[in-house]
Amino acid sequence: MSEGWQSYVRRIEELAARSGLEFHRVDFEAVPDSFMMEIAVYGLPVRMPHWSFGVRYIYQLIQRHMGHSRLFEVVFPGNPGHAYLAASNGLAENILVTAHVLGHADFARNNLLFRRCQEQVSEHIVEHAANHARQIQQAIETHGAQRVEAALDAALALEQHVDVDQPLRRERYPEFLVDPKALVEDQFRKRFAALEPLAGGSAIEVKKRAPLPPHPERDLLWFVANYAPEMESWERDIFLAVREESFYFYPVFATQIMNEGWASYWHARLLREADFIPQQAYLDAIKCHSDVVRPVAAETQVALNINPYHLGFAMWEKIVEKNGLPAARAIMQQDDDFSFVRNQLTRELADELGLFRYSARSDGQIKVLEHDLTALHEAVLAPKYNFGAPIVCASHVRNDGTLELTHDSTVDGRGLDLERSRKVLDYLQRVWRRPIVLTTVNQAGSALELTAP
Amino acid sequence: MDEERGNRGEPSDAAQWYELFSRGARDWLRHDEKVREAVRANLPEMIAGGDVINGGARTVRVPVRMLEHYHFRLRRPEEQQGAGQGKAKPGDVFSAPGREQGQGEKGPGGRDEGEVQLLLEFKIDDIVDWLWEAMKLPNLKARVGPSEETDWIREGWDRHGARSRLDRRRSFKELVKRRAAPGATQTFIDEDLRYRQLARRRQPALHAVVFFMLDVSGSMSDRDRKLAKTFFFWVVQGLRREYRSLETLFVAHTTEAWEFNEPDFFQVSGTGGTVASTGLAKVREIIDARYNPGRCNIYLFYASDGDNSVSDAADARSALSAIAADACFTGYVEVSSGLSRQLATETGKLFAELQAAGCAAGSYALNDFEDVWGAVRHFFTAEAQAPESQAPESP
Repeated sequence: MSEGWQSYVRRIEELAARSGLEFHRVDFEAVPDSFMMEIAVYGLPVRMPHWSFGVRYIYQLIQRHMGHSRLFEVVFPGNPGHAYLAASNGLAENILVTAHVLGHADFARNNLLFRRCQEQVSEHIVEHAANHARQIQQAIETHGAQRVEAALDAALALEQHVDVDQPLRRERYPEFLVDPKALVEDQFRKRFAALEPLAGGSAIEVKKRAPLPPHPERDLLWFVANYAPEMESWERDIFLAVREESFYFYPVFATQIMNEGWASYWHARLLREADFIPQQAYLDAIKCHSDVVRPVAAETQVALNINPYHLGFAMWEKIVEKNGLPAARAIMQQDDDFSFVRNQLTRELADELGLFRYSARSDGQIKVLEHDLTALHEAVLAPKYNFGAPIVCASHVRNDGTLELTHDSTVDGRGLDLERSRKVLDYLQRVWRRPIVLTTVNQAGSALELTAP
Repeated sequence: MDEERGNRGEPSDAAQWYELFSRGARDWLRHDEKVREAVRANLPEMIAGGDVINGGARTVRVPVRMLEHYHFRLRRPEEQQGAGQGKAKPGDVFSAPGREQGQGEKGPGGRDEGEVQLLLEFKIDDIVDWLWEAMKLPNLKARVGPSEETDWIREGWDRHGARSRLDRRRSFKELVKRRAAPGATQTFIDEDLRYRQLARRRQPALHAVVFFMLDVSGSMSDRDRKLAKTFFFWVVQGLRREYRSLETLFVAHTTEAWEFNEPDFFQVSGTGGTVASTGLAKVREIIDARYNPGRCNIYLFYASDGDNSVSDAADARSALSAIAADACFTGYVEVSSGLSRQLATETGKLFAELQAAGCAAGSYALNDFEDVWGAVRHFFTAEAQAPESQAPESP
């Protein structure tokens, strides 16, 4: 890390604080490019080993060789936050990245979704993840790499299937049904309760066992960890470790457009206002900024995807311009990408940015659809619903331990990919150790059952 | 505030492990291992395709896709909606773009990971061992006879020799014997020591000659020849397991027959009719001229589409029995990528007769690359069970 950059950090922080950003202290660390790449692949600086990360690692390597992606920084929210900077960054890039990181830190401290998840996971996810990695390493030593891998195959395949609306440390379901009639506090019951209990055994309470689960359960990781009939405790720990990391990843995923846009807005603004930055560094930094937030369509005229940095940045500029900073801060605190896009992406802005909706047929023909703002919102948000995964619930556990899973095809609009689903069931069956049945629909829309084994 | 920042920017000791250890590489190696396991499990199907065989090399390359860690996903819809950006009006129609450029900053998010193919290289010897193990193929019965070849074998003892061949047990016996006499020295003396000796002796023959005979008449398509090539390739590998020295000979025929070297053999295509007896006569001629049937193991594998000319039947029958008399095994594969006639052809009948006569012979109809393993299994099982009798009782 260049010495020159060090002297600016303090001044950028002061400027950010003056501009109204509220953030926890951030520890910056310069790391080699190879390590940056691994952070991007694993999502966390130290994380559990699994072969699927190896696949992503190779794809990342290929991309880097093709010059597609360059990583400047990765930041982890927390108190203090951790920011990793690529050691190859120049001075201008580091100045830009510092401002960008402070934007993220502000966002992570104030956005409600982030705050709630951080309350659950604590503000030390980096340390927790490292701890999980260590636990799993120990499990490998005790139980063998193959068994641990089988558990991780299943747990990581379900990593999106968590329910962040429930607490991280969640109680098991009540074992017995509560008789609703017993709760009615009428006159008779009060008097009856006041009576001396009879000497005989007439106080037999007939308790009814609650069905398992009492309602369709979305949090498959939690459900399996708690109710798998023959799972070993270290396997449950693996499931819960993956679940905790998913709780951390959820807000990052569900606020990507807002969060990246916010950080980009602030690095641009702080750079403009920072009169202490030398002319050349400022120019370089602005050039770097425009690379980051440029629309994908810049060169090719038409792109079939949208750069979230660009979209978020443009939206925040508009909001601050129209409603002022306090209103923007309120939006930043209360929204996630769903409400943000639906409420703030106006017709006018969509036209200005040239956003459009298209449909792609399987034969490769792509057709631009007519303007429809609501449908455009949904097209932008579609990949983000339910953590980007189909809605699969645990609906019943039979007496013999058979797990029934149900896919909600009415909400998702179509059935599951059968080949992949079968493989996921195979993974899961190895830890559930009893049969599993999954109900979804086929192409014609009629119910279809997949079973494992 | 300054104290809080104590660790900022200082090169910490922990930073050094980044350089030494790559978690990505570790997990990648595990992936690689899994791919190899998967390939090994599906080996017969994967390498039956003709493309894996590169001429003469001792390895094959198997193209594999990267493994996917499966998640629940929705079925691919017929029409997929999405949001894009740029100068496009409603109603515009494009054709599918190539891979979209610039996927964003974070790289693949697990959504659409492109198509990267790996080429894994396997040693043929390893593959053949796995296959023989997996298919439970018997080892061949080699015909052993005296041979010109000699080899050093261990034979007898001497008082002199190289230190490495000192036979300690034998030497100790000598010591004990000598000490039985009164007044003998108690420790080893040079006279006690015995060395193992080597002698040159003739070895039984473990030498094999394999004739590959291919019908290259007009009716054999490129694909037929490729099928035959793939089959021949694995036959050679299987025989090589058994024989220290293996010679391969290639004969192609239409209405005439020629001997070829290996590279040319599979390129040859001819026109005209099929007269199998010319090829068989050529094989016989080569055997007579160069090999002594008593000293080496002769194999003949014949690939054809089976359309031998009817007038040739009698000649072909006698030529075939003449070879079968000296061969360890004769095999016939009927390659027909079109309709399969299940060996109900002229040539098919010839081999069926031969087998009925008690000769070590077999036939197999090979219609597709998937059948190659069936064929290899068929012949190696048949060969191992074939009767010992060498001369057919020809009718």
